[in-house]
Amino acid sequence: MYDFAYHKPASLADAVKLLADHEDAKLMAGGQTYIPTLKQRLARPSDVIDLGAIAELRGITEEAGGVTIGAMTRHGEVAESAVVRRVIPALAALAELIGDPQVRNLGTLGGSISNNDPAADYPGALLGLGATVRTSKRQIPADQFFTGMFETALERDEIVKAVHFPRPEKAAYAKFPNPASRYSMVGVFVAKTGGGVRVAVTGAGQSGAYRWTAAEQALAGNWSPAAIDGLTVDPSGLNSDIHASADYRAHLVKVMAKRALAAAG
Amino acid sequence: MGRFAVGQPLRRKEDERLVTGGGSYTDDLQVAGALHAAFVRSPHAHADILAIDTATARAMPGVAAVLTAADCDAAGLGPLPCRALPRHNRDGRPMPATERPVLARRRVRHVGDPVALVVAETMAQARDAAEAVEVTYAPRPAVTDPVAALRPGAPELWPEAPGNLALDWEAGDAAAVDRLLAAAHHVTRVELVNNRVVPNPLEPRGCIATYDAATQSYTLRTGGQGVHSMQSVLADEVLKVPKERLRVVQADVGGGFGMKIFVFPEYPGCLLAARLTGRPVRWIAERQESFLSDSHGRDHVTTVEIATDADGRMIALRASAVANLGAYLSQFGPFIPTDAGAKMYAGVYRFAAVHFQVRLAYTNTVPLDAYRGAGRPEAAYAVERAVDATARELGLDPAELRRRNFIPPEAMPYRTALQTTYDSGEFARLLDAALERADVAGFAARKAAARRLGRLLGLGIAYYVEQCAGGADETARIVVGGDGKVRLFIGTQSNGQGHATAYAQILADALGVPFADIETIQGDTALIPTGRGTGGSRSVPVGGVAAQRAATALIDKGKVLAAEALEAAAADVAFADGVYRVLGTDREIGLVAVARLAGPDGLDAAAAWQPAIATFPNGCHVCEISIDAETGVPRIERYTVVDDFGTVINPLLVEGQVHGGVGQGIGQALYEETVYDPASGQLLTGSFMDYAMPRAAGVPAIDFSMIPVPCRTNPMGMKGAGEAGAIGAPPAVINGLVDALAHLGVRHVDMPATPQRLWRLLQAHRATA
Ligand SMILES: Cc1cc2nc3c(=O)[nH]c(=O)nc-3n(C[C@H](O)[C@H](O)[C@H](O)COP(=O)(O)OP(=O)(O)OC[C@H]3O[C@@H](n4cnc5c(N)ncnc54)[C@H](O)[C@@H]3O)c2cc1C
Repeated sequence: MYDFAYHKPASLADAVKLLADHEDAKLMAGGQTYIPTLKQRLARPSDVIDLGAIAELRGITEEAGGVTIGAMTRHGEVAESAVVRRVIPALAALAELIGDPQVRNLGTLGGSISNNDPAADYPGALLGLGATVRTSKRQIPADQFFTGMFETALERDEIVKAVHFPRPEKAAYAKFPNPASRYSMVGVFVAKTGGGVRVAVTGAGQSGAYRWTAAEQALAGNWSPAAIDGLTVDPSGLNSDIHASADYRAHLVKVMAKRALAAAG
Repeated sequence: MGRFAVGQPLRRKEDERLVTGGGSYTDDLQVAGALHAAFVRSPHAHADILAIDTATARAMPGVAAVLTAADCDAAGLGPLPCRALPRHNRDGRPMPATERPVLARRRVRHVGDPVALVVAETMAQARDAAEAVEVTYAPRPAVTDPVAALRPGAPELWPEAPGNLALDWEAGDAAAVDRLLAAAHHVTRVELVNNRVVPNPLEPRGCIATYDAATQSYTLRTGGQGVHSMQSVLADEVLKVPKERLRVVQADVGGGFGMKIFVFPEYPGCLLAARLTGRPVRWIAERQESFLSDSHGRDHVTTVEIATDADGRMIALRASAVANLGAYLSQFGPFIPTDAGAKMYAGVYRFAAVHFQVRLAYTNTVPLDAYRGAGRPEAAYAVERAVDATARELGLDPAELRRRNFIPPEAMPYRTALQTTYDSGEFARLLDAALERADVAGFAARKAAARRLGRLLGLGIAYYVEQCAGGADETARIVVGGDGKVRLFIGTQSNGQGHATAYAQILADALGVPFADIETIQGDTALIPTGRGTGGSRSVPVGGVAAQRAATALIDKGKVLAAEALEAAAADVAFADGVYRVLGTDREIGLVAVARLAGPDGLDAAAAWQPAIATFPNGCHVCEISIDAETGVPRIERYTVVDDFGTVINPLLVEGQVHGGVGQGIGQALYEETVYDPASGQLLTGSFMDYAMPRAAGVPAIDFSMIPVPCRTNPMGMKGAGEAGAIGAPPAVINGLVDALAHLGVRHVDMPATPQRLWRLLQAHRATA
């Protein structure tokens, strides 16, 4: 780890100010991605702003029929939340599948989506549920938030405050974990919502999570695993690595989608 | 003594201390005033070093020293020796020696090869300065695959070893095997890869080196598998100082698996730095550094052929392998693919002839050496895969083919086609017991049920035999103090196996003293004069016999004092249950009272024992495994082990060893894949993000039982149990997968059988089926 100045502001306003004042400052949530990055000397920030003391970034509330989850809410809190389990059980189940207990006790929703690892699980849920990201500056629909591998619509001095998830009629997430890291090698989130069917794929795409529109169309009139039987997934644009080639991932996208549909009922 | 006697499943003496944080591993040791070491490692798989500029690094804050090969040469450090030389090629030529310097001299040969060593006041300063060491490299083409390395035109690592061939070695009767294969009714041929694995003990390697200028003596504290071989390698060959001037201490060790036996470059590097700076020096590997600097295991590519006659009798076996040695000869490097396991290519069968040939290749990878089983898992995998394939080709039940060909108990002791003598073994009895416990009778119904759920179920059998606890002697010294404590000093080294518990059981029995009063002292050359260390499942089978003999010697020695005290002739005094008694009287004196009579240091005695021949633990693994037909994901449904470890001191310890070993074997069979990029020679699986370890969820509950057939060559009947699980599991798992896929025409599945690999096989064979 290289030397840096450490800040732990108590309010979002202070955090925003620190971020604006220090050009090479970086935010830190649970440190689950960022601390290993620092330890391996892959980043050299001038300042690290720890969001851990900002109460307003934390918590789960029921809002407009859906749920709103603060950026600093831990995966474990989402997994165990009675509200999330009641309103969007698929989201609690997804959080439960992230990493291990240690990671779930420190990793955060805000950190996960801001990092936008193409193998992360939450981006699938945000796209699949048509969530809205609330930041220190604005509201960003999930469809516009994830802009590419490890890239988001966030500006340099913008902080995720919370994410609002509308309640779906039906939803489920099916995850095929990477055999080594247990991140998603392919994860498919399906949801039947008031605004239509959404099918989001994470882990597989070269530019991160994406919506599988062909499946959404096929399911629009026929919400059942069989509805996507006739579809094939084009491997171009999918990731290829030592664990899974693009064609294997393409195959798994369809299998996982069908499993998610079966689980959603 | 019953409750603590030999044979009882006692919980480990060590557990409470270890699980409540009382352990003392290398990194836990606080040494005042220590400097921190960081190594500059090669980013290239193969390159010439044109220049090393350390000036900037030396001038950085906190830096005490920056060492390179030039400093090692100036200090007269010798290279790290390979203790498995000399060996000879098939044609009689000696194996060429190559040098492994402490820090790379002129050339680097694998990614991670240490080039310079920086010591500084803090870890961060050491790392900062390590980054500032400027090494100018001229990269060379690299080769990482052993088969590719032996092809004409491959990049060469050593002028001494043209074509990267380190050794071409054989065992057995080639001519007889050729003849039998040529005339055979049927020959089955299997080509397989024994995948390279990274040992990954929970505790990474590390050391704390100190130097005392007044006595010109070094101390090395490190995690290892025995202090004496490290002392001898380092003092005799690298530091070139009398042994008395190097003390090696090993406290608690968090797993070794063979890898921690060896001296690695970091240890002499830190010792030299301690001498040059006059300060203690500490180094603890990070996990990624472990991937690039710990010796790896396996990495063989093998062709096996089995000849059978018309009655399904296996008459000859030929195995021909290429084994990766890595960039340098590690301490036992060339021994592992040759003598360590060669004799096991006869398996448990009555082959008339067996021949094993292996070519050892240098490659631009981390050196390879012992890993749990060391050579014997490679043999067991090759033999048991080929036996299974033979059964399949002959249309015979794999259990039946094995039964037909086993060496029967009546034939024991049996001299195999590879000229080693198995003392005992009841293979058919263990096989039948395993099949029964595995409910093989119900398998067909379970297979049909799995099929309805989209899973392909297979049944895999493997019958392994291994060779252990042979060779070197072990010495045990026992001191009974006037305080009633019994101390055993022994040169084996627990890495987590629970030696202190097993030895205490043996001594509680032999001396009739309370189990709780017995302490085992290991891991310090200042306290224990000699020892051979832990490896090859030898500690308790060899050290235990030495301990028992030392107890006998101690009892005899005490008898003279007891007789004096009891005013009787020694011949009239008998010892039982911790008490000397004059025969036919009630006059008696306890062992501890006798120890007090012996003087302030108590009573002590030592004894050594050296086995004349190895022991042959063996057993049957049955693995029921299913594959998700859509995704290729394997899942072990049921796992049964029946082992013959001979007499067992503590069945609970042994079961723990089997669980861990099976976990590692399943890891090798299903998960662990070490991938080097063939073009750049970079290790692509250099962290747990990409290197898949077996996890609790992937290792099933194991139905474990034993049928002990006491060893006839070990005085206590023991055969050893430490490596067995890792030997039996890979062929059992893979045989199960092949069985699950056989209806599609699949004949072999290579390890690790990852979901992707299985899916690809499903795709390919469904397409052609
Ligand atoms: C062993 C392990 C296993 C894991 N397995 C999984 C898995 O299976 N699935 C999965 O999805 N993830 C997995 N993760 C990732 C984990 O879920 C974390 O959420 C993720 O690492 C981000 O960590 P964090 O929340 O602590 O954020 P940090 O690491 O602290 O921050 C990550 C990045 O986000 C930025 N950031 C943080 N908070 C905000 C904010 N409020 N606004 C703007 N930017 C912000 C930071 O500047 C940084 O760049 C795993 C991680 C580990 C270590």
